[in-house]
Amino acid sequence: MASGIPVYYVARNLWTRRLTTGLTAGGMALVVFVFAVVLMLDEGLKRTLVTTGEYDNVVVTRRASETEIQSLIQREQVPIVETHPAVALDRDGTALVSRELVVLISLNKRNSEKPSNIAIRGVSPRALELRPQVKIVEGRMFEAGKSEIIAGSGITRRFSGAGVGERLRFGQRDWTVVGLFDAGNSGFDSEIWGDVEQLAQAFRRTTYSAVIVRLADTRRFDQLKRDIESDPRLTLEAKREQVYYADQSKALSTFISILGLTLSIIFSVGAMIGAMITMYASVANRVAEIGTLRALGFRRRAILAAFLMESMLLGLVGGGVGLFFASFMQLVTFSTMNFQSFAELAFGFTLNGAIVAKSVAFAAIMGLVGGVLPAARAARMKIVDSLRAA
Amino acid sequence: MSEARAPLVEIRRLAKAYRRGGQAVPVLSDINLEIAEGDFLALMGPSGSGKSTLLNLIAGIDKPDAGELRVAGEDITRLSEAELADWRAANVGFIFQFYNLMPVLTAFENVELPLMLTRLARRERRERVDMMLSLVGLAERASHYPSELSGGQKQRVAIARAIVGDPRLIVADEPTGDLDRVSAAEILHLLQRLNRELGKTVIMVTHDANAASAARAVIHLEKGELVAEP
Amino acid sequence: MTAHVLKLIVKNALRHKLRTALTAAGIVVAILSFGLLQTVIGAWYAGANAASDARLVTRNAISLAFPMPLSYASRIRAVDGVAAVTHANWFGGVYQDPKNFFVQFAVDARTYLDLFPEFRLSEAERTAFVRDRKGAIVGRKLANQYGFKVGDSIPLRGTIFPGQWEFVVRGIYDGGKPTTDTSQMLFQWDYLNESMLKTFPRRANQVGFYVVRIENPDDAAAVSRAIDEQFKNSIAETVTETEKAFQLGFVSMSEAIVVAIRVVSFVVIVIILAVMANTMAMSARERLAEYATLKALGFGPAFLATLILGESVAICAAGAAAGIALTFPVAAAFSAKMGTLFPVFHVEASTLVMQAVAALVVGLAAAVVPSLRSARISIVNGLRHAG
Repeated sequence: MASGIPVYYVARNLWTRRLTTGLTAGGMALVVFVFAVVLMLDEGLKRTLVTTGEYDNVVVTRRASETEIQSLIQREQVPIVETHPAVALDRDGTALVSRELVVLISLNKRNSEKPSNIAIRGVSPRALELRPQVKIVEGRMFEAGKSEIIAGSGITRRFSGAGVGERLRFGQRDWTVVGLFDAGNSGFDSEIWGDVEQLAQAFRRTTYSAVIVRLADTRRFDQLKRDIESDPRLTLEAKREQVYYADQSKALSTFISILGLTLSIIFSVGAMIGAMITMYASVANRVAEIGTLRALGFRRRAILAAFLMESMLLGLVGGGVGLFFASFMQLVTFSTMNFQSFAELAFGFTLNGAIVAKSVAFAAIMGLVGGVLPAARAARMKIVDSLRAA
Repeated sequence: MSEARAPLVEIRRLAKAYRRGGQAVPVLSDINLEIAEGDFLALMGPSGSGKSTLLNLIAGIDKPDAGELRVAGEDITRLSEAELADWRAANVGFIFQFYNLMPVLTAFENVELPLMLTRLARRERRERVDMMLSLVGLAERASHYPSELSGGQKQRVAIARAIVGDPRLIVADEPTGDLDRVSAAEILHLLQRLNRELGKTVIMVTHDANAASAARAVIHLEKGELVAEP
Repeated sequence: MTAHVLKLIVKNALRHKLRTALTAAGIVVAILSFGLLQTVIGAWYAGANAASDARLVTRNAISLAFPMPLSYASRIRAVDGVAAVTHANWFGGVYQDPKNFFVQFAVDARTYLDLFPEFRLSEAERTAFVRDRKGAIVGRKLANQYGFKVGDSIPLRGTIFPGQWEFVVRGIYDGGKPTTDTSQMLFQWDYLNESMLKTFPRRANQVGFYVVRIENPDDAAAVSRAIDEQFKNSIAETVTETEKAFQLGFVSMSEAIVVAIRVVSFVVIVIILAVMANTMAMSARERLAEYATLKALGFGPAFLATLILGESVAICAAGAAAGIALTFPVAAAFSAKMGTLFPVFHVEASTLVMQAVAALVVGLAAAVVPSLRSARISIVNGLRHAG
């Protein structure tokens, strides 16, 4: 870039006014922190739900029930689904399916003793084959026909009575927690699993909530969906498991991103005003320098560019600091009630390249916008007038 | 030693007024002047006489209201703002009363600044700057910041900056106005060397008769007009 | 003397008009968003705040998703200290599109409104509602959002209770208090139950929750225990708690979000504190020579601190006043835009106090460093700055 004012001139001017630069960049850092953390939370939520679903699994629920918890499937309907030719069979020729019952139970948190809704999932013995991401990490799998349950890693930590060897009471029975499973940070980590038939008895349910089937061939999904949804004996619908879980969190995800982005934008107005004040002062303190640069032959454009660069750099410093602190949020777990299922869901803050890029761009834009008017003022000055200000 | 031959600066019927409170206050009226290449001219006059305005017009940092102003045959009053900037970069070196160095840049970087407007490679720039700093006797101060230099040293850095781009014309506005007697003498001597040894045309505004005596010729301004020696 | 100092403070503040205006504008934005965020948090707790001390809620001990037999009603009514009982079911229907969310309850038409006197309805509308099996009443806010009028029919797609449902608006209720939720739709429990008897007989005569009015609010704990005792070791054990505790149970499940919003609402104050501190630091630095001059004239550091603090607080006060004034129209516009997502969106007096306090804190904190610096400046050094 010939005809440009060197970057080190710009950078050193920021360094010379360290207090002002620090305060202004600090304000911007907080805005970028909020911005990045919101994106990270949304990303964490999405990742949790994407890993919850297995692409080739299909969730069959009652039509228009929206969630498994509200869904009811009559027992006589289940074989019709299970014997569909698109369903995968194992070596013995039995179908890879899990009949599931999902209900909400109210459990108390370990630290606060406040109750929260937890999804408890009754599953068939094949459930672990259908969900390879779910692994027993402590204790063992529950035994069919017994009042035994296994708890997700997110549950054991946060709820009383949910550790291995402890007992929980619901449905007029005591249930022993015999195992702890890790579901790879998926939504299942916020659930308790048990034998579907035992749970159905305890909760006096004659129906299931959902039937999960594995596709023999991923391309046969459309066929399965068409057959199930058009069968007059069934009033069911079929969704790929991944799609099902993504739909489950749409409302929460939309809420987080809209609230977060609105706040970031409003807050950025404050930070941009801060940048503007700083940059106006920076221009005012350097009127004679601006005149000198112009006299030496630097064009108005070069002056404009130099001050825009200065305010952009200010934004980038803030962005860097904000991102640095935001990256520590990856150590934190966020748990809240999913508006759609009314069950508690725990998820993390996930930082990725796209979020870093967006945050840096946001910081740079904040700086630029804050610097436009001051930079324009600097560029518009008449040389003779500014030299006289010396 | 270059002899004055073709006029470098030709001024015809030049006029300039400032507007103050809706009224035009004439600063320069009907100025006619020729300055030969290789001259060292001192412009003198009381404050408000218009000597600085005339210097600014010649240097291309201000625009006249009427008249012609040719430098090396080119009428600079017709140049656009951007063209004028490029013209200044190529043809004019500036020396100011208060040095006008960039406080955040070292002596070396201050001198290098005008070369940022050229296509010179980093190595060539470095050689030119080192040469200029040696010429003004500050080679060993290259990495010092202006705040670490005395007034005289600052002005020598400014002179190095003025000539680093090899301009034909050097304009100096009260270059000794902020300096003690000894430093002032050094600066004037340096300007004389630029004029004699490097053939630079120097135009210097001053109200110090002592400084003016360093020049080859002196012209006087009074109330915006050129006058004979009082 | 005081008047003189005030004049000096105002004059100082107006020396850099642009800078002062920008800083004040920043304060307006910060105080306004702080106020809105506090109001959002308030909206979260609106249900709990509007809850009556004299009402208890009885639900299935497993969770709210499990119903209880209708027969519990008469047994609850028989418990000592109970004045009245009504029952309701969460319906969870979808109006046109899942994003058009609003609360629908199937309620016992004859008794429900007796327990919720804050739902204000004309006698004629109430009678019309009770008489029409498919009748429904909607809150004013809900009616405004979707343009429901008396006589309109509202189609809902059942999620928990399958099928297409049609209800006819028989009345629009108003809130007895500003904190009353007027974004609900209530329809006849009997209609739901009759439909269930036909389609899913096993799910008929099942109640989602009972609302109990007690004679004396002080007996809440004892009455709750007595009710739960009734159903101990039955197929549907119960949990009875005050309406407030019941509502807080919902809030606590999304507590993380509330905490996040609360933290963020203070972040904006810190952001603006940085901006304000910067403004004061710049102004004070430019005036070091003046401060030294004042010191030379015999004014003490306390006087200088008063000048700086006064200017900082004055700018903050101006910005805060505008920010607080703007909170009302902006909250109203926000509430209209969000519709029934926030059933109650009411700017509390305590929010205004917090806004004012936040502004004062910013004003004082921003002036601390410049005041200390002005106090420490030596007269000789300061005057040299005048150069």
